[in-house]
Amino acid sequence: MLRRIPLSALIGLFVTGLFLVAAIFAPWLAPYGLTETVGDVWEPMSSTYLLGTDNLGRDLLSRMIYGARTTIFIAAMATALSFTLGAILGLLAAVVGGWFDQLLSRFVDLLMSIPTLIFALVVLSVLPGNLITLILVMGILDSTRVYRLARSVAVDINVMDFVEAARLRGEGRGWIVFREILPNALSPLVAELGLRFIFQVLFLSALSFLGLGIQPPDADWGGMVKENKDGIIFGIPAALIPAAAISILAISVNLIADWILNRTTDLKGGRGGN
Amino acid sequence: MATDAAFLEVRNLQIGATVYPPDAKPHDIRIVEGVSFDLQKGRVLGLIGESGAGKSTIGLATLAYGRGGVQITGGEIFLHGEDILSAGKKSVRTTRGSKVCYVAQSAAAAFNPAHRLIDQVIEASLENKVASKSVLTQRAITLFESLGLPDPQHIGSRYPHQVSGGQLQRVMTAMALCSQPDLIVFDEPTTALDVTTQIDVLAAIRHAIQKTGVAALYISHDLAVVAQIADEMMVLRHGKVVEHGDSRQIIESPRQEYTQALVNVRAIDHPPSTTDAAPLLKVGNITASYPGSDVAVLRDVSVQIQPGQTLAVVGESGSGKSTLARVITGLLSPSEGVVTFDDRVLSKSLGGRSRDDLRELQMIYQMADVAMNPRQTVATIIGRPLSFYFGLRGKQKRQRIAQLLESIELGPEYADRYPAELSGGQKQRVCIARALAAKPRLIICDEVTSALDPLIADGILKLLLNLQQREQVAYLFVTHDIATVKAIADSIAVMYQGQVVRYGAKAEVLTPPFDDYTDLLLSSVPEMEVGWLDGAIAGRRMESAGH
Amino acid sequence: MSHLLKLLAQRVVLGFLLLLAVSALIFMGTEILPGDVAQSILGQSATPEALANLRRDLGLNEPALTRYFSWLGNLLQGDLGTALTNGADISSSIGKRLYNTVFLASVAAVLAVPLALVLGMLAVRYRNRWPDKLISGSTLAFISLPEFFIGYLLIYFVAVKLGWFPSVATVFESMSFAERLSAVALPATTLTLVVLAHMMRMTRAAILNVMQSAYIETAELKGLTGFKIIFRHAFPNAIAPIVNVVMLNLAYLIVGVVVVEVIFVYPGMGQYLVDHVAKRDVPVVQACGLVFAAFYIFLNMLADIIAIVSNPRLRHPK
Repeated sequence: MLRRIPLSALIGLFVTGLFLVAAIFAPWLAPYGLTETVGDVWEPMSSTYLLGTDNLGRDLLSRMIYGARTTIFIAAMATALSFTLGAILGLLAAVVGGWFDQLLSRFVDLLMSIPTLIFALVVLSVLPGNLITLILVMGILDSTRVYRLARSVAVDINVMDFVEAARLRGEGRGWIVFREILPNALSPLVAELGLRFIFQVLFLSALSFLGLGIQPPDADWGGMVKENKDGIIFGIPAALIPAAAISILAISVNLIADWILNRTTDLKGGRGGN
Repeated sequence: MATDAAFLEVRNLQIGATVYPPDAKPHDIRIVEGVSFDLQKGRVLGLIGESGAGKSTIGLATLAYGRGGVQITGGEIFLHGEDILSAGKKSVRTTRGSKVCYVAQSAAAAFNPAHRLIDQVIEASLENKVASKSVLTQRAITLFESLGLPDPQHIGSRYPHQVSGGQLQRVMTAMALCSQPDLIVFDEPTTALDVTTQIDVLAAIRHAIQKTGVAALYISHDLAVVAQIADEMMVLRHGKVVEHGDSRQIIESPRQEYTQALVNVRAIDHPPSTTDAAPLLKVGNITASYPGSDVAVLRDVSVQIQPGQTLAVVGESGSGKSTLARVITGLLSPSEGVVTFDDRVLSKSLGGRSRDDLRELQMIYQMADVAMNPRQTVATIIGRPLSFYFGLRGKQKRQRIAQLLESIELGPEYADRYPAELSGGQKQRVCIARALAAKPRLIICDEVTSALDPLIADGILKLLLNLQQREQVAYLFVTHDIATVKAIADSIAVMYQGQVVRYGAKAEVLTPPFDDYTDLLLSSVPEMEVGWLDGAIAGRRMESAGH
Repeated sequence: MSHLLKLLAQRVVLGFLLLLAVSALIFMGTEILPGDVAQSILGQSATPEALANLRRDLGLNEPALTRYFSWLGNLLQGDLGTALTNGADISSSIGKRLYNTVFLASVAAVLAVPLALVLGMLAVRYRNRWPDKLISGSTLAFISLPEFFIGYLLIYFVAVKLGWFPSVATVFESMSFAERLSAVALPATTLTLVVLAHMMRMTRAAILNVMQSAYIETAELKGLTGFKIIFRHAFPNAIAPIVNVVMLNLAYLIVGVVVVEVIFVYPGMGQYLVDHVAKRDVPVVQACGLVFAAFYIFLNMLADIIAIVSNPRLRHPK
């Protein structure tokens, strides 16, 4: 099935896999505890502290490994929420149409007329700061993008003759959504899944960096950038390490998503580029 | 006018392209192999062939151009003794702008929506400094006039979207003629037009060619059209020349078997049958408009079909013929009138129809490739109605699928294929099998052959006729093509602007005296004979003089 | 012509309606969601009397609809209310900061837009050849970089190691234009890099789409040079999609500005907003959110208006 995986996608799969392993086996892999003060403030990299220590003298590598767990877990949960919500509502809106579609679509337009981060900040200013709130806010705000994509893909498929043929046969809505539309909408949606995950990682990191995401002493990578940012001016690069990790994870997932997107064949089998 | 020396010599032309299939290595394919011909001044050569024959590719090669990834890999094209394929970029530009011009199939897409027509018409000539702007503008106006465009003085100041399709095609011809080139390549210039518009454009193009004495390559899949305009014809198949000769010889005494098949296409003889049986379907006084609009697309339409018979509904774009099909299937609720099937009144909307109503009335679409779910195998596509309507499963279902495949003349191995692995004709056959699987009593065929090459279309029509004999199924055939109507209909309804203007048994409808529209429609269909166009135009002149 | 004017008027009215709806949404987001503003301000240990007092002072005992309309009424008169935390007038606090933010965003836009367009066109011109692959490949990487990674990399190397620009973007009123430019050099570069990749990618797609039209082939078959084909035939039709791309990326610019201001401790709207979100100062957050949203809605409206005006079908109806 996956006959020719290009090199770039292989690299993406490998690196993403590494991060996943780190996240899953964090307690076994991390040399020190998450909140354990083990050395001096901002010690340089050494054989005892492979990545050095942070602003409170904690082992940076250990915090990076635990941070992978937090970052990936929350981003994954938020992606799952945004995807389930957005895809189901988007497909339904396309198939049901009428006022249901109008109502949802106009509401999504409204939500999207405020940049996501701004709206998240507004909402987070009153909501209690905990994990559930964070995941809900991230997931719901982002589901607008998934909704738009799912709806537009499904609307395109919904007007095709084979769906009309199924309707003329007397098929119910379930068959039309799950057997006719979904199989054809799957590959653009799967590619979008990767992009949404990247967005959630960046979104969570930005929130934590601004001090509104994960609260200390727990750590995600964005929060670790915030903790260590004051060192930069003194030439201490500790903050760059979590920032780089975010970038590498995002790039790896992007490489995978790009590959899936390129494999997506044009539905209409059109005359695109000979 | 014509001199013996050829100004255009094509020698052993080879054209190829690299294709990039998903999940396979890129590889090279050949589109044109070893094509050679000469063309003298003032002569018109028709390039004939089905899709994939390489005719457009050859036409574009005379402008040293390859569409997409197409590359000219070998051979020479001499224009006045100079090989344009080995010429530098600058001289290629001069050739394109002033010596060889191109008229595309869809002028609506080929004109830039952002500029006025006149600026686009004279652009190439101005660029190549053929003459001054005022001279060129005057020349364009003269051309507009000779091509029969309305208001030739001012039509140039319009934008493309403000002009009709048939007019745009003529403006594009004027654009090609404006630099007074040696050669014009016409690439299916009338294919996208309605038949009554086609004849006017065809006449205009031929008039212009004769008046200016320009040479032309006329590319078309329609032999009858080319016969009206070309002095000689070249029949192509899979990128190779099948036969090349004088137009009269090709039409009247084709030498090659393939050419004979092309000439004899649509020679299906189907004696119309009549029956006194009670009508199977009665469409009574239907008036309908699309949701959100109050313009009636159908006005007081009444037709009926007897069991096992074929009613052809014929009309041009906008006549309402496809809307009629939608009303019958229940996809569009009419505002007035009833559809009666086997003496029971069908619900106006799809949701109100019983499963048996739906089963007995099946539909086949124009574009077979979008009428099948690309993610389902042929077995799933044909098998679904079997399990849905009859609850068949397992071995019984497999046997029935094999039977159905046999009835559409495909082997059992096709059951496991996906639509993308089938040819155009095979796809349409599978759609027919899907309709048959429901054991319907009426099948609505919506332009089922118009996306297919003539020979393939012929095969589909023959199959449909055989199946009708065997299964006693009735057809409602929606089409714009008079030849198809003549081939398969028992009765005919001619539609124009939402109304049935003529309706009756085939012989009645096709026998004069005609009403004005039917007369225009029938007299516009090109016949497979050289010189038909002259007669048709002469007939029209007399008529308009008579009015 | 009147048809065109009608369309434009419709679009403007729609913009204002959207803004009104957004103001209601922001108000709802902060006032109706579970979570109590008074509790948030005073913390978990607050006494019931203190909470009741604060609620009364904030007018929280009135029905939400009444409070919304009085908020909206004040808003229309330019009164954004006072901050809970220090009682300062929000309108005057926002004024200067808004200028700073617009200055920073404009510098970034002036850098990013032409660069993205040129690079996007280059990618189209050399499609599937190495310049395109290089540009497309690096955009893929750049899209994945968080703002603070780019920002701190610049600070670490350009400000700290090389010492070319200040690491903290301090601006004050007496600064000359050139001094200001130098102060925002690093934040503006960061922002440019953040939006560049997105904008370039979309520009490439938009131009490719136009270049595949049949009328481009016509132009090519007229023997026009590549330059004339692009400028005379592709460009007039690409205006609307390109403007659309630019405007879509303003969302990234606005989001980017918030983070970048925090990185460089730049006294703009973003910094102001983030500070007050942490302090749960709802009136300030509402005001800032609305200003950002208004900007975004206005620019999107502008994009649509340009698209309508540049469409020959609408300018020259049948």
